[in-house]
Parts: sequence; structure tokens; C-alpha cells
Amino acid sequence: MMQTITCECGHSNPYGTSLCQACGKPLTQDVEILSSMRYEGSARRSQTYKQTFVDKIWNFFSSVKVGVWLIVIILVAAAIGTIFPQETFIPPNVDPATHYESEYGTLGLIYYLLGFHNLYGSWWFILLLGMLGLSIIIASLDRGIPLYKALKTQRVTRHDQFMKNQRLFSKSSDVELDEIKYTLESLRYKVREENGNLFAEKGRFSRWGAYVNHVGLIIFLTGAMLRFFPGMYVDDILWVREGEKASIPGTSSEQGQYYLENNDFILEMYDKEEKKFNSALSSVDGEVAKNYQSNVTLYKTKENHTIGAEPELEKVKSGEIRVNEPFKFDSFALYQTDFKLNEFYKMSFELEEKATGNKFGKLTVDLHDPKKEYDLGNGYKVKIEEYFPNFVLNEQNQPSTVNNLPDNPAFVFSMYSPKTPEGEKAFVGIQKNIDSGENLFKMSFAGIETKDLTALTVRKDHTLWIIALGGIIFMIGVTQGLYWNYRRIWIKQNAGEVWAAAHTNKNWYGLKKDVEFLSDKTNLTPLEEKETASK
Amino acid sequence: MAEISSTLLYSAFIIYLFSTLFFAMSISDKKGKDAAHTKKWGKIGFISSCVGFAAQLGYFITRWMASGHAPVSNLFEFTTFFGMMMVLAFIILYIIYRTNGLGVFAMPIAVLVIAYASMFPRDISPLIPALQSDWLKIHVTTAALGEGILAISFVSGLIYLIRTVDQTVSSKKTLWLEVILYSLIAVVGFIFVSIGFKAAGYETTFEVMNDNNQAVKVVYDMPAIAGPSNGEQLDDSFGPLFSTPSWMNGVDASIKLNTFIWSLLAGAVLYGLLRLILRKRIAAALQTKVRMKPDLLDEISYRAVAIGFPIFTLGALIFAMIWAQQAWSRFWGWDPKEVWALITFLFYAAFLHLRLSRGWHGERSAWLCVLGFWIITFNLIAVNLVLVGLHSYA
Repeated sequence: MMQTITCECGHSNPYGTSLCQACGKPLTQDVEILSSMRYEGSARRSQTYKQTFVDKIWNFFSSVKVGVWLIVIILVAAAIGTIFPQETFIPPNVDPATHYESEYGTLGLIYYLLGFHNLYGSWWFILLLGMLGLSIIIASLDRGIPLYKALKTQRVTRHDQFMKNQRLFSKSSDVELDEIKYTLESLRYKVREENGNLFAEKGRFSRWGAYVNHVGLIIFLTGAMLRFFPGMYVDDILWVREGEKASIPGTSSEQGQYYLENNDFILEMYDKEEKKFNSALSSVDGEVAKNYQSNVTLYKTKENHTIGAEPELEKVKSGEIRVNEPFKFDSFALYQTDFKLNEFYKMSFELEEKATGNKFGKLTVDLHDPKKEYDLGNGYKVKIEEYFPNFVLNEQNQPSTVNNLPDNPAFVFSMYSPKTPEGEKAFVGIQKNIDSGENLFKMSFAGIETKDLTALTVRKDHTLWIIALGGIIFMIGVTQGLYWNYRRIWIKQNAGEVWAAAHTNKNWYGLKKDVEFLSDKTNLTPLEEKETASK
Repeated sequence: MAEISSTLLYSAFIIYLFSTLFFAMSISDKKGKDAAHTKKWGKIGFISSCVGFAAQLGYFITRWMASGHAPVSNLFEFTTFFGMMMVLAFIILYIIYRTNGLGVFAMPIAVLVIAYASMFPRDISPLIPALQSDWLKIHVTTAALGEGILAISFVSGLIYLIRTVDQTVSSKKTLWLEVILYSLIAVVGFIFVSIGFKAAGYETTFEVMNDNNQAVKVVYDMPAIAGPSNGEQLDDSFGPLFSTPSWMNGVDASIKLNTFIWSLLAGAVLYGLLRLILRKRIAAALQTKVRMKPDLLDEISYRAVAIGFPIFTLGALIFAMIWAQQAWSRFWGWDPKEVWALITFLFYAAFLHLRLSRGWHGERSAWLCVLGFWIITFNLIAVNLVLVGLHSYA
């Protein structure tokens, strides 16, 4: 540290101080006292050291002007991100490269090309948030620490120049000091006395509000960043058919792996006849959902379960999952997210002789696991030559499948019988049954089974408590800073006169009411307001 | 119960109008005006706004009883509640500062908000699964209270501008001030055209192909200036002058755009009439009536932000995040409504920094308060009606 400055009152101030921490005397020429009061004229690093590269970085980020610009840029960027839906909100099966243009025209294309379709995850947006975080830290350190020292060191007796230059000031004579002290205490000021001078203060802790809420914000932002560390955060989706078990992604550990069984998926709609909601329900076309619910059972594999082997499951617990009511176990939670009703599950066919209509046996195809061959006995059998779970004609006009979901199943069957040992081929799909025209046999549709599916979000988030802590600290800080204010009143005996001065960091209206009350109750000359230049 | 509820809301509406009148009496500069006159009418105005608030609280409670859930679940209910919170915020600030002039502006703006709300469907609607949570009432009421208090900072800032902007010369400032007043008048215009065309029973129907290539009917209850994109009119009513751009694809986007245009037109007519009657800028006419001290107005608008900002943050961000974590499994998802709540937060954070650290007082602060209210109303209205997202319930 450089040399200190010793004030005439005897207090030694750190280098760069403009108002003596103890008595408030201006330590250099041309100090504007009132505007220096914001940080007590304390020695802020950013105002003192301006030479080196580190100084320049520090001074850049400690500037409120820079901080406000960062806020404004983030604000504008965030707004731009809402003009068109972000990539996460567009339909999952479309290509964003073409979707934005086809949906929103040239503007959409520009939006996509500039990367605004993924704005909140873009490197520059994260960088802006990081810079704001840095600005919060540096600006707080730059002001908070010197301010704390200055307020701690302040003395009852203040320098004449300090008193005279306060926004509220008066000179009186013939004043009962005890009366003033009593009145101030009745206003719940904390009053100190020194050599016949008074210093009354109220709400000093509100000065720390800004720094407390900034600490909260930093904790919050840190929590948000921790999500990117492995093990802190799981976000997965789990589709389970009714009556089936599925392993829950992300829950595998040395203690085993969790499985979930979907016992039942329930979808309830509001009754249109219900009197209470009658007029609202009759004005909408479709039905209004009342409840989405999955009844589930949680299982866990035994310890030292080898991966790949058929798992031995032990029941853990059963429960119901609804929107707003997640199912929790260990540090995981399962959320009702989506569902699919009546997915095709099994399809049945009969082998039929075209001429006679006679049937020679029935086969049931599990659409998720079709067999290669179905023996119907007596020399009759059916082979599945090709299976298209979600049939479509591709660009070459060839049959193919969109994906593995059996939404539109189609088959190429080979039918064998004693009459047709060579086999006859037919293409069978929903409302399609195509053959060469010379076949003796056909596959006739004999029924379908469906199942409901539920989709659950699998979530583990170890960052939540940090984020919650940050939020709580922020709220405490912002309340303490905005709902209270730091008011100070100084009374100084000066050569037969009594000088009074008052200052607050905000809410001058409240302070003025206090000093009016004071001059009403005592002989103190009403404090007058100096015209301020800050208009 | 539902009938009692509507009656109470209607009564509150009328009482608020009277309260406006009483506050106006208190600052009127007719002869015989003295401190006692101001005090008397101010007191009557304040009591009537409290009575109106009590009536609206009655509406809120009875509607809650009728529907079985907190009545903040659709645009009508929420916007009405927002108006009610504006009145509450005004009452709080009146108790602190005792300024009748604030009532002259705050009460009619709250009336306007409630009238605007009642243009949306008022049926008691059931809650979809996502809304079935205690956080509905906690999050929405706190957010609305915060926004209501922030709205008072707008009212106070607006009076500050009316009071201080130099009206002897025409400038950018006078222009923008007229734009603000015109947009308030356009809300009146919206209410007039909505009621007018409804009373006349106007209807015109279009056939439109929807995303699934099915023909659906779109019914307008106002003459179509902006028709649906690639829609065909089925009757020979007044035809659309142009089609709604296809990128505006929210629910019923073309109807909303059409209504918006009608509101602007009706607002323009009303504004024009007022200008003809007053023969000067509206702000200039109001300036002669407003005699509040600019310093006090500045203080009130700042104080409203100081009180409202923590409440807004708690309701619109923190409670919102807790609920989002519970309902959607993540506390933050960059949904447009979330983003605009964040934008509001950032805006007022910037406001506070500019004010506390950079000394932005007076006029600059007042303009910011106006802009802040614009952001709040944008989030309230446009995000629900125009942008698509998880919050578009209406």
C-alpha cells in the first residue's frame, strides 16, 4: 500500500481517500462533498489506481456505467430471442435450417443464420452473463469494502466544511442538546455524543443491502454454471408402456439400477355438463384436460448386478405422478411430461383362402418384436419377409420406415400352404393388401391391441440448493437495501452556534420529515435544502 | 355466487370512476378553493377508492368461492386482479405521501385496466393440469402486486412529464408524451369498438386452412381490415383490406391484429376529437391542471420502484421458478413469458443503478418509469396474445 494521508483530526486515511474517514474533511482540493458522499469519499481502487493493465480491467468492470450497459445489452438480446420460437420450442422432427425460413420467411432465415434460434445457449450470450457476473463482483468489492471501513471509522465530530456542504443544513443558537438527543432517540435514531456534539444514525445495515444482494446473485449464477459439471445434473426422458418396465436413464450406480413400471396411465377430461364450468367448456371445440397421471412402481436391481444379465428386481415403492406432483426417490424426481394414447401394440391376422373364404389359423404379431416365422400347423405357415413399423414411401418410391415406432405398421408376408409350398408374397399394411393378383391366399386383418404410453422427465439437480440459497440471499439483500435507508444527522457546537446537517443515501422525503419533526420539537432552526446540481 | 361476484366487480368499477372524480374535484382550481376544500375532497376520494377496493376484493373472494380456485387463471381474471393491485398500490402510496393529484391519474388508469380486462371471455374456466397448484395463487398474486406498484411509478412519472415538459415549443418530448397519452386513449378506443360491434351483433366469417390442412372457420366480430392469411371470406360483409402476415401465427393472430387496428383507429378518432375541443396538445391542456411539486412526483415514482421491485422479483421470478421446477421439472426454460419477466427485472435493475449510482433523477427517471410500464404491459398482453409459449392460456 502507498503512503497514507493523515488528516488534521489525527486520523490516518488510506491513499486515495477524498473525505477523511473520521471527520469528513476534504483531503484534497476541489472535492465536491455532496457527490462524494455516495461512497463516503472513500479510497476506491478504481478511482485511485489507473496505470497498469490490471488496473484498467478492474476499472472497466467496476464501473456502474459498464454494468448498466451489460444489463441493457443482455436485456435487448433476451428480447430478440423471443421474436421467433427458440429451437427447443419448434417441432422436434423438423430441420431448423429450413423450418425458420418456411415458417417466418426471410426474417426467419436471417434469424436462423445469425444463430438467434439458439440465442440463450450461444457463446456470446453466456459470455455476456459472465461479464455481468464479473462486473457485479468487482464493482461490489471496489465500493463495498472501502465503504464499510469508512462507515466504521466515522466520528461524531465532523469537520466544518463537511457540515456546511451537506444537502440539509442549518445554524441555530440557544438549543437544548438534551432535547435534541431525546427527540432523535424518539425517532429511533442511535445517538452518540462527543464533546457536546451529536451524531445520530438510523438503518446503517441498509447500506449493505446492495452488496448482500450481489453476493446472492453471484451464488445464483455459480449454481447455474455448476449444472455443466458431470454428476450434478440429469435431464432425460423416459417412455414407458402400460404394463411394462423400463430402466430409468441416469440412475445407474454401484448400488444398482432403477427400473420403473407403468401400471396405468390415466387421462381425465372435464365433464362438459359440469354446471360450474359449463359456459367456458361449451365455448371451446375440444375437450379440456383435467388430469394426466401415471401410476408407477419403482424397482431396483440387486447390488453387484452385472450389466447385460437379466436383472433381478426388487420393489422399492409405488406412487402416482401427476403434473405438479413429481415422484421422488433418492435425489431423483420423475415428472409427468407427455403421453401417447392407443399406440399399436399387437396386430392379428388370419390366413385365408381367397376362393373359399376358409381360414387356416391366426397369428398375432408383437409390433415391437415380430417373429420371423409363424407356424400355423398342418403345413400352413407365414413368414415376415419385411417389416416397416412406420411405413412410408421414400423419395425413390420404395417402401421404408420413418422410425421404429409402430404408428403405421406394414409387412411383406410370405404365405405357405400345402397348395402353395413355394410361398406367395403379399404386402399388407393399414387398409392396404397388395399382391400379384394370382395369389390363392391372403392375410386378412383380425384385430389390433393398443397400449397407452407415458412420458416422464427424469431429473436430478444437485445445483438447486445453491440456486435457492442465492435467491434467498438476493431477496434479503434487495429488501434490506430498498425498504430501509441510512439516515444520519449531525449536530455540532461551533463557537456559540449549533450547526445541524443531515444526509441520507435515499428517500430524502423521509429524512426531511424527520428533521422537520426535530426542528418542530426543539429550538433548532429548520434545516434548509441546498439546491442540488444533480437535477 | 357468480352473479354476486360480477355485481361486486361492476360496483367497484363505478366507485373507482367516482373516486377519480372526487380526486379531480380536490385539485380543481375553481374559486373558493382552499386547503380545506382540497383536504375534504381528497379525503372523500381516498375513502371511495378504499370502498371500491373492498368491493373488488369482495368480487375476488366470491369468484374464488364460485370457481373453487383463485381467480387469476385467465386473461380476464389476471388483468382484473392487476387493476386491483394498482388500486392497492395507489392506496399504499397515498397513505405515505397524501397526494390527491396521483389519484386523478392512478384511478382512471386502473379503471382502464379493468375495463380492458372485461373485454376478454369472463366465463369461469376449469384449470388445466399445469395450473393445478397452490403456486398459482402465490406466484400470480405476488407478481401482480409487484407490477401494480411498479405501475404507480409509471403514473407518477407520467404526471412528472406532464408537469415539467416544456409545452411552449413542439419537441421530441412533447411528441412522445402525446404518443403515451394516445396509447391510453387507444385502450378506451378498444373498449368502445368492442362494445359497439358486440351490441350491433356484427359477424363475418372466413374459411382458413389450418396446419393440418383442414378447413376451419374463423369468425370475426369486427369488420375485417386485416383478414386471415390465405383465408376466404364466406359472406359479403366489408372485405379485408389486406391479409395478416403468415409469420404471425399465434392463436387467432389475425383476429387480434384486426382488433388492434380497430383500437388504434378508434383511439385516433377520440384523440383527434379531444385535440379539436382542447385546441392544444393534450399534455399541454393537462399541464395547466397539475400543480404537484415535481420533486415529490419524482420521489413517489422512485419509491414505487423501490417498493415494487423486490415484490416483483419475488413473485414473477422466484416463486415462478419454484413452481416451474415443480410443474415442468426445470426452474427456468427461456419461455417467452419467463424471458419478459427477466427483461422487466433487468430493466428496473438498470433503473435503480442509474438512479442510485449515476444520479438519474427527475425527467430521465420519469421517462424510464414510462418505459418500464410499457415492458410490463407488453409482457401482460403481447406475450400472451402474440408470442407463442407455455403461458398463452387466453
